[in-house]
Amino acid sequence: MKMLRTAIHEIETAAELEKLIQENEQVMVCCGRMGPMCIPVYETMEELEEERPSIKFYSMAFDTPEAAPIRNAPMCRGFMGLPFTVYYKNGQMVDATTSIQSREQIESILDAQFN
Amino acid sequence: MEETFDVIILGAGAAGLTAGIYTSRAKLSTLILNEGAIGGQMTLTNEIANYPGVHTTSGYALATTMKEQAKSFGCKIKSNVSISSYDLESDIKTIQLANGQVFKGKTIIIAAGGVPRTLPIPGEEQFRGKGISFCATCDGEFFTDKEVVVVGGGNSALEEAVSLSKHARKITIVHQFDHFQAFKHAIQDAESNPKINFVMQSELREFRGNLNLESVLVEHLPTGEKQEIKTDGVFLFIGYTPKTDAFKEILPLNSRGEIPVDAEMKTSIDGVFAAGDCIAKRYRQVTTSVAEGTIAALSVAEYLNKKN
Repeated sequence: MKMLRTAIHEIETAAELEKLIQENEQVMVCCGRMGPMCIPVYETMEELEEERPSIKFYSMAFDTPEAAPIRNAPMCRGFMGLPFTVYYKNGQMVDATTSIQSREQIESILDAQFN
Repeated sequence: MEETFDVIILGAGAAGLTAGIYTSRAKLSTLILNEGAIGGQMTLTNEIANYPGVHTTSGYALATTMKEQAKSFGCKIKSNVSISSYDLESDIKTIQLANGQVFKGKTIIIAAGGVPRTLPIPGEEQFRGKGISFCATCDGEFFTDKEVVVVGGGNSALEEAVSLSKHARKITIVHQFDHFQAFKHAIQDAESNPKINFVMQSELREFRGNLNLESVLVEHLPTGEKQEIKTDGVFLFIGYTPKTDAFKEILPLNSRGEIPVDAEMKTSIDGVFAAGDCIAKRYRQVTTSVAEGTIAALSVAEYLNKKN
């Protein structure tokens, strides 16, 4: 069941997440709620989706057991702020951030990891 | 030939979106350029219960409706842009983006809003999201049965401390003055909560920890004595600062960095108006920003009428 109200595609199951990162070279997933720290990240992703077609942008609800692969990822250890935003390259998590991020912060990770 | 807009609005919070609704509905060609998320500080509020005519809504929902209203009247919106330079003095105003795009307007409404004030002390950057938070509703449950510090003495700080008491074992409010700047009911709710205790006339000096935040160094201002408080998290509710840095060489700002305006929202530059949380004013509410956005838009319409 979809829980987020954003224009980016929402991943609903852990199996769907696994399939996406295996089938796509560059994937960014923002795992959160519809809260004030999460919405600016989703909005930035909506715009980046048009600007960077080689990268797949997805959201995932934090409050579902299906999000365990992100919540429990070693790169997210110690995270205490929503959203958890994770970046996958060739099926491997290569970067992760906690709490709100600016467009500049997001783009600097995309430039560093996906170029 | 590139279009010269009747008005370019800088900012898409409550003031900017309202101004956009009014000017585009008045058939003025309108462009909103927004550096942050649409909705501005409205989106930092999960629940808005005092917006007249609306029972209870979320900041996101209210902002989205305002955006759709503005677009339905023909207002153009570009969000998440990065503005690199402003020419506001000329008859036709010019805004240049970092990507080289140039936009021209006959008038400008500055509705840049504000940003949450942070604490520029050691550890702030390191522990953001790893103990330091700005949103109790978002991150409160990460602190279930833990100890947290809340910094601030206004309504937000006290209300969020009470909200955090649903999760945290112990809450310490650190405030720089010997009294709170909050509504009576908010003070009473915090003071009567057994989980909340108070460290008054004190300020944070340092965030400490390893992977996550573990403690804060707090100075008692009258005596200069410092104490280390063990804590799992710190929630900062120390107000907002106007987002006017880009204008300090262009417009006179007051000592708080706010833009002074007259009753018609005019600034000291001809054809440049300002509204919302970036102007010099006492009360910062969605409703006050909506009102100022309206006044700025009507003033722009009158200004252009007189010029034509």
